[in-house]
Amino acid sequence: MKREDIKVLLMRAPGTNCDLETVRAFRDLGVQADLVHVQKVFRDKNLLDYDIIVLPGGFSYGDYVRSGAIQAKEMEYRIGKEMVEFVDTGRPVIGICNGFQVLVETGFLPGFEGRSQYPEAALANSSHGYQNRWIRMKNVGKGNCTMLGHVPEDHVISCPIAHGEGRFILPSERREKLLQRLYDNDQIVWRYVKADGSFADGEWWDNPNGAFHDIAGICNPEGNVLGLMPHPERAYYGYLMPEWTKAGAPEKYGDGRIFFDSIVKYIESKF
Amino acid sequence: MSRIVRSPHPFEHFTIDLLNATDDDMREVAETLGLGLNFDELRYIRDHYLIQERKTTDIELQTFDQTLSEHCSHKTFGGVIHTPEGTVNGLLKTYFRSLIDELEPDWCYSVFEDNAGIVDLTDDVGIAIKVETHNHPSAIEPFGGAATGLGGVIRDVLGVWANPIACMDVLCFGPLDYDYSKLPEGVKHPRYIFSGVVDGIGSYGNSIGIPTVNGATVFHENYTGNVVVYAGCVGVLRKDQYIRNVKPGDNVLLVGGRTGRDGIHGVTFASAELTKESEEVSRPAVQIANPIEEEKIKRAIKVVSERRLGSGITDIGGGGLSCGVCETADSYGLGVEVHIDRVPLKATDMAPWEIWISESQERMLLAVPSENLDEVLQIFEDEQVESTVLGQYNSTGEAILYHHGVKVAQLDLEALFNPPKLERSTSWKPPIRVEPEIPEPEDLGAVLLKLLAAYNIVSKEKVVRRYDQEVKGQTVVKPLQGWKAGPNNGAVLKPLDDSWKGIAISSGINPRYGQINPYWMAAAAIDEAVRNNVAVGGRRISLLDNFTWGNPEYEDRLGGLVYACRACYDVGKAYGTPFVSGKDSLYNESPLGPVTPTLLITALGIVPDIRKAVTMDLKEAGNFVYLIGETKPELGGSEYYHLHGQLGASVPKLDADRSIAAYRRLTEAMDAGYVRACHDLSEGGLAVSAAEMAFTGDLGMDLDLSCVPTSEEMRDDFILFSESCGRLLVEVTPGHKDAFETVMTGSTIAKVGEVKGEAMFTVRKGGAILVELPLEELIGAWKTPLEVPR
Repeated sequence: MKREDIKVLLMRAPGTNCDLETVRAFRDLGVQADLVHVQKVFRDKNLLDYDIIVLPGGFSYGDYVRSGAIQAKEMEYRIGKEMVEFVDTGRPVIGICNGFQVLVETGFLPGFEGRSQYPEAALANSSHGYQNRWIRMKNVGKGNCTMLGHVPEDHVISCPIAHGEGRFILPSERREKLLQRLYDNDQIVWRYVKADGSFADGEWWDNPNGAFHDIAGICNPEGNVLGLMPHPERAYYGYLMPEWTKAGAPEKYGDGRIFFDSIVKYIESKF
Repeated sequence: MSRIVRSPHPFEHFTIDLLNATDDDMREVAETLGLGLNFDELRYIRDHYLIQERKTTDIELQTFDQTLSEHCSHKTFGGVIHTPEGTVNGLLKTYFRSLIDELEPDWCYSVFEDNAGIVDLTDDVGIAIKVETHNHPSAIEPFGGAATGLGGVIRDVLGVWANPIACMDVLCFGPLDYDYSKLPEGVKHPRYIFSGVVDGIGSYGNSIGIPTVNGATVFHENYTGNVVVYAGCVGVLRKDQYIRNVKPGDNVLLVGGRTGRDGIHGVTFASAELTKESEEVSRPAVQIANPIEEEKIKRAIKVVSERRLGSGITDIGGGGLSCGVCETADSYGLGVEVHIDRVPLKATDMAPWEIWISESQERMLLAVPSENLDEVLQIFEDEQVESTVLGQYNSTGEAILYHHGVKVAQLDLEALFNPPKLERSTSWKPPIRVEPEIPEPEDLGAVLLKLLAAYNIVSKEKVVRRYDQEVKGQTVVKPLQGWKAGPNNGAVLKPLDDSWKGIAISSGINPRYGQINPYWMAAAAIDEAVRNNVAVGGRRISLLDNFTWGNPEYEDRLGGLVYACRACYDVGKAYGTPFVSGKDSLYNESPLGPVTPTLLITALGIVPDIRKAVTMDLKEAGNFVYLIGETKPELGGSEYYHLHGQLGASVPKLDADRSIAAYRRLTEAMDAGYVRACHDLSEGGLAVSAAEMAFTGDLGMDLDLSCVPTSEEMRDDFILFSESCGRLLVEVTPGHKDAFETVMTGSTIAKVGEVKGEAMFTVRKGGAILVELPLEELIGAWKTPLEVPR
């Protein structure tokens, strides 16, 4: 489809706050991006008018109870059926930070057997509390997450994390088995790495939150639902990169652009 | 017979007879109602009702109490002060407003008249800025106090129809290793306050999605009993969105959270000293924060503002509805009718006076013409925000309040807002301090490492990272520079998607200098804020003042305050930097004594093209390092003296004219592209700044002390650690050496070092090596964990 015909639905709940920079990234790429309050989406139930759904970062409903939990329950109740329908069409759904938490809480991720009724993983409290700083993550997907097909394998992106609850964990008694399953399904997309590109190996600083297996982002077995804790939208432009002044003037774009660029290119060619 | 009589209504309401009341009678009334009014004010109110020939009511007295409090009326800054150098007829008028009149800046859009100051960014777009204090609540309940402090200042920016885009916070604590056994009853340990305040600010700012881009964390013994929490906010608006046009018939619209018993008598509490009973007595004065409520309000107000549907707006903060409603009516020369029973409540059994003065958070007051009312109500409903019409403005000049149809108060606004001016006098002069004898150290490197780990220099990464610094994707220069996370001078933001024009935000604060001389303390704070701003590429700078002082009823506190205000005028005039907003917090006294006289200066500059912003990290081996400004033996109040347990006398004395001339030339050099890195010299002086530049850029530096321009023959340790004002370090490529020197002609500059490829920081004097330390050791010392007792 034509790029200018691509329609992005960005859903915001009270407390969503990374919406404008995410909208900005999509619009820069020449697609239509609608930022819509969840209450309006609940009323209109028009998900299928869109080609991609994005759940931006923030603190939906204050993240009371558990990060993303309230928004997840509300969505499940109000548009659960429509969400499943949308996902089943193969169209992409992306959750960034709080959006990732919502996708885990709604059972779309990891989604081993399709959408589960209860969360199969958790983005729990990390021991370092809330942190906002830059990390590096490597694309370790082998092609299942088709929307990232234009991000080269092993490509490293620097971008910020900003969360208090983002430690990806799996039930401890089945951890290794489930990890193997994630690998078998090619569901692991982003892992935290060190400056030299090697995996953080659980070490604090490079792995900012103690995430199991340095996991920063995963997709569902079908590859069209993607969640990640880091914020590529905050690294979209060159002037947002942490050391742009070293070069004298900023590059036009920063590390995060390739993420959105790939998604848009994918929709353009696929649908 | 009691002068307070319960009215025959089914709710709590009292009439009070002040006719012929003596001081003792009035004290009894004030105590019974929990009022903070002094005798002069009580007599004024009594006489007002004598002329009115009627009794007063509890709500009326509570309204006077709120309006006349120091917190709301700023009577010290508005009052008359007799000093040995003459009478000051209003500090605000004499030293701040007059500056605006004399400088006549055509880019100041609204100053000192609304919730926040507004200056031009472009022809059409303005930047709103405000900095507040929330000290007393933070001392009692650190998390809630700090969180609501930030919430309040964000509402101040909403209160000029602006969209908040960034926050600042400057926090002052007692030493984290303060001896528990020395802590008096009622004073909480600095470590407890520290963690609560930091969490509170983070929780609010992060949840509401506004980045915290600038700040400082300062430690001083005198903050142990008086924690200081400054919270600031910057917003952006199209100038034609700034509508102030309330007319009779416009609706009084209350929006946001429900009203409860949290935050009753907050302003009277904030205008009194803290005592060991404060915890018990004043706990209800601290409000409870709900950042998500304010996030929703923010979205709705943005829409109302963009569609220009309101005729006036203000936040409900100190004094609650009583201040918000009456101030709005008074400022438009109107009257108002309000039905208190319409206010949505958290607790349904609240008395009308409680509803009227409650400072429950996340509430705003809009004035909306009737023809726009439905649309405005719909906007709030869409964002799931409660909004209620409480009444209408009229042309009576009175505020008339009803509760369930019963008239419970009738306030003459003229009388309410024009109490007699306060008169005070002071003959205080700054104390004479002595200069200590400090033996010259043998190992200057060891001293440097200790200084880097000193509380007021050490990395505040632990604090800064708790705050989202870059949500919204506009933070071009972040508080911490690059992967090494060195301390940037200030923040640079790019508020507009379609323009490279940006703003620079920086601050200056020097709590120790205030104990030597409040005048030079204030001068140094202004200089530091301006210099930090210039260092990142800012110019056309406007300033904000935030005084945190002790009880102004004591001569020394008041005397010092006058000195500090004078410095604001003098330096502001010399620098051409008007003050556009300010806020004072007085009565910062605790069982441990007064707060150290503290002035926070916030500077807001314009960066014409953010792609030319400058950071403080060294960029490339082979470049030259220049020092701008003269180094003098000024170590009074310095970190170096403090390391030796000394205060000293030789406080840095700013040469304002020479400094601003150098800054203007530096800005020119930056615009020409000659400046690769720039860092101001402050706590710890030359050595600390140079080390910070080196380890942040991960490049070595070779510094030669014999090249440093000094006012006189100075000891090596004094050259390295003096805190003289007006100085900056600048990195220049060899190719731009001559051009840079030409631009800087007329100012004191010297090439004092070179950037090196190897990771070593070296200080020499001619041939002798004084300091030789690997960068790793320097950054290791600077990143000493903040919370571990040392």
